Amino acid sequence: MLKKPIGWDGKTLMEMLNESEKFIKETKHYYGIDKLALKEKDPFNYERAYASLRGALVSSRETALHISASPIVKEIGELCFALYTPEGDSIVVSTGILVHVHTMSEAIKFMIRENYEDDPGINPGEVFLNNDPQEGNVHTTDVQTIIPIFWRDELIGWAGGVTHQIDAGGITPGHDLVAAVSRFDDGAYYTCRKIGSNDKIWKDHMINAKRAVRTPMYWELDEKCRLAGDLMIRDALFDFIEREGIDYYKRFIREAIEEGRRIVQERVKERLIPGRYRAASFFDVPFKEEAWQPRAKMDKITNEPIEIIVKEDGTLFLTFDGASGPGPNPMNCGIGAMEGGQWVLLTQILIYGDKVNDGAYFAVEKEYPKGTWCNPGDPYLSYQSPWGNLIPAYTGMMKAISYGLFSRGYREEVVPGYGFTGDAIQGGGIYSSGPLKGERWMLSTFEISGQGLGASAVKDGLDWGYAMWNPESDLGDVETWELFQGGIPYLARKIKPNTAGHGKYRGGANYAGIAMIAYSKDVDFFGAREGLVFHGAGGMHGGYPHATGYRLYAKNTNMKEIIENQKEYPLWDPDPEHGEFEKLLKGEIVRKAHCSIYPVLLENYDLVHFAMSGGPGYGDPLERKLELIKKDLDDGIYSNDKILSIYGVVANYDEIKGEWIIDEKATETRKNELRNERKEKSLPFNEYWENEKKKITEDKLSEPVKRMYSESLNLSIKWAKEFREFWKFPEDFQMEVK
Amino acid sequence: MSTYDEKTLERLINGELTWGELRPIISGSKDPDRFEKILGILQRRVPWEEKILIPLHEHLYVVSKEGKRIVKCDCGHEFGDYRENWKIKCRVRVRDTAEDIGELYSKYMGCDPEWEELREYFCPGCLTLLDTESVPPGYPTIFNFLPDIDTFYEKWLGIKAPDK
Repeated sequence: MLKKPIGWDGKTLMEMLNESEKFIKETKHYYGIDKLALKEKDPFNYERAYASLRGALVSSRETALHISASPIVKEIGELCFALYTPEGDSIVVSTGILVHVHTMSEAIKFMIRENYEDDPGINPGEVFLNNDPQEGNVHTTDVQTIIPIFWRDELIGWAGGVTHQIDAGGITPGHDLVAAVSRFDDGAYYTCRKIGSNDKIWKDHMINAKRAVRTPMYWELDEKCRLAGDLMIRDALFDFIEREGIDYYKRFIREAIEEGRRIVQERVKERLIPGRYRAASFFDVPFKEEAWQPRAKMDKITNEPIEIIVKEDGTLFLTFDGASGPGPNPMNCGIGAMEGGQWVLLTQILIYGDKVNDGAYFAVEKEYPKGTWCNPGDPYLSYQSPWGNLIPAYTGMMKAISYGLFSRGYREEVVPGYGFTGDAIQGGGIYSSGPLKGERWMLSTFEISGQGLGASAVKDGLDWGYAMWNPESDLGDVETWELFQGGIPYLARKIKPNTAGHGKYRGGANYAGIAMIAYSKDVDFFGAREGLVFHGAGGMHGGYPHATGYRLYAKNTNMKEIIENQKEYPLWDPDPEHGEFEKLLKGEIVRKAHCSIYPVLLENYDLVHFAMSGGPGYGDPLERKLELIKKDLDDGIYSNDKILSIYGVVANYDEIKGEWIIDEKATETRKNELRNERKEKSLPFNEYWENEKKKITEDKLSEPVKRMYSESLNLSIKWAKEFREFWKFPEDFQMEVK
Repeated sequence: MSTYDEKTLERLINGELTWGELRPIISGSKDPDRFEKILGILQRRVPWEEKILIPLHEHLYVVSKEGKRIVKCDCGHEFGDYRENWKIKCRVRVRDTAEDIGELYSKYMGCDPEWEELREYFCPGCLTLLDTESVPPGYPTIFNFLPDIDTFYEKWLGIKAPDK
């Protein structure tokens, strides 16, 4: 016997989704709505209605997070809730990490297209779990709980919640696994799986899920946190319908999304200039020596060119045409990751406000070219750490948009980029002594929430205080982290010199820490950040990119002896060429120019150094004001040698006053020297072009660079054509990698 | 609706606003007359007569000259048609050795020249550093921004471009 459809007016969900997609395609308006009738008739009630739903979601989030025990969720609030239409379009989103404006939409649409309505069935009180990057997720560590909401016998929406797990049961401990090279390394996968009924999670699921990860307590409480939030949203929605009526609700959600779409157009027209914007970012994957798996032993650079067309009607077209290929590494991106990266950025730079929903999604046309790192089309690759590629890629988007903000006069909004939220040192171990002996501790610090912000066109970037990709911008209480990852107590944190990108306005600076393994055994340690290439698309209007990361740790040290004898130990690494580790420690000191490393085994008294990222600079450094440079020196932001060679400023340290004194006359001479040097060491463009072309024609490119070009030339028609035309190569020019 | 006097905008351009003054400008609603006012201020500042159509860069402008739209530096150097990448008229220094990169970055804290190089684009007229590019060797010069000037003026601002 056929079941009665659960959609509106006797339709199935599939019919509703098809109808919705047809409307947007044919009319460009969400559900064909050309007039915001409810808003026009009674704007006060309309706004109150929206605010009540948003308030309910924020309240659900703030309440539910207390169920979690994970510091990532409870302390820094890396969770988000959203309410969706029956077709899976977000109507309203809570505060929190706005990566997820559209992620769970894709999961709901997947369930509709797979006809879950028929099998396994979608019924009141049921619970679905998803963490599959192929179906609307970012990576397996983001776990989504989605419930259908029924009013009488119709499905009227979905509530969804997502939290970031500390561990998802992958090949190694951690939440962004460097060593994953295929789906089978990514940890437990739940592809839109039904896991509960009658508002409860099934016991058999929970038993299985807890055994699939290294942190069962956090997993269980996070699942309960998400479900509790979803149920609170459902209750709030019932109150809404009791108050406003079901007919109002049905019209209201369509108008709210259409309004969200229009807000993007209005904001774009308010702040940008129509035209074509471009930037290019890169990420190094230096795994030829690092990887354990033979097929992963490969050095790669990811090509991440972005082009944005700001159209006459204020909508955007965005393409990554020219992107290079995916690889046997965890940095591949599914659609969910690409959408997540895009929304966490756009909601902070362009469409911030209360009406953030999938209307914005419909105002941006995207192209993620098939077969590239941003749309590999192969579910069996690893998608465990897509942030490696999508963060630099979307940092380029911010720089591109900044050209428009500048030209429009909104110089205060310009940001050429951000620090990479990398070097989240990861891993974990088992306590070997003390009251927690035998228990596992996880290293998942979210100090990455405090990176250097890029400079704007009117001021320096914010120091150690911003993270586009973890916008909670709250590190949580340090004591909580220390309790949580007690096997690796911190010995020091200090400002790290020379992390900020140079410029008339410098990028934000950052700090570095030193930590020591203690009371533990079987400790894995790894991290990921760019090291051989600069992050994002670099500085703007003459500003420079901020410093790259690098890896430093020490094994088999004499720290036990140093502590017993109360001797000096390294507190920082201010000048890597003359390191404190080498000066003060005995042991095996490991320095690597690249920063992404596979896990290494560490033992008690081993030391690790980790550095947060600066931000890119803006404008010609020779135009930086002298009083700002003096402050940079006094604050330890830059070392004196760099001030002399980049800013042309001569300064001497006054031991008595304890401050730097600028020699203005010598500075004038030095700046003139630098201007002369610019002329002497630069070439007219045509000569530069000839020299640069020879790097290609005379086979001077390194293997990873050639691999990148080879992939991009094969995967794109347009980018390849421009590449060949720029260098005046024949139409069939290719790059080969042996 | 927000609006700011020209003195405030002059100080904004000069980087002279305090954080207390700047923060409400960042977080508040945007002033719709900003473009027009900034254009006026910049036009008064440049030492040449050509009409600015679009401020393109800290030092570069799309200007109208003898019926053509060209990119011009505030020093007076002209880069040619705005539809061509102004960077291909610059002087270029490529930092593609560890030594050259080391002048700017501490050891381990700059790019590896085998993987990426750092290009500096200078104005041939005043030698101001106009742009940097951090790209793998052999990467084509990036064309940052090509404004659609007529659509902007006619469709968005509802006026003819100053050269029309």
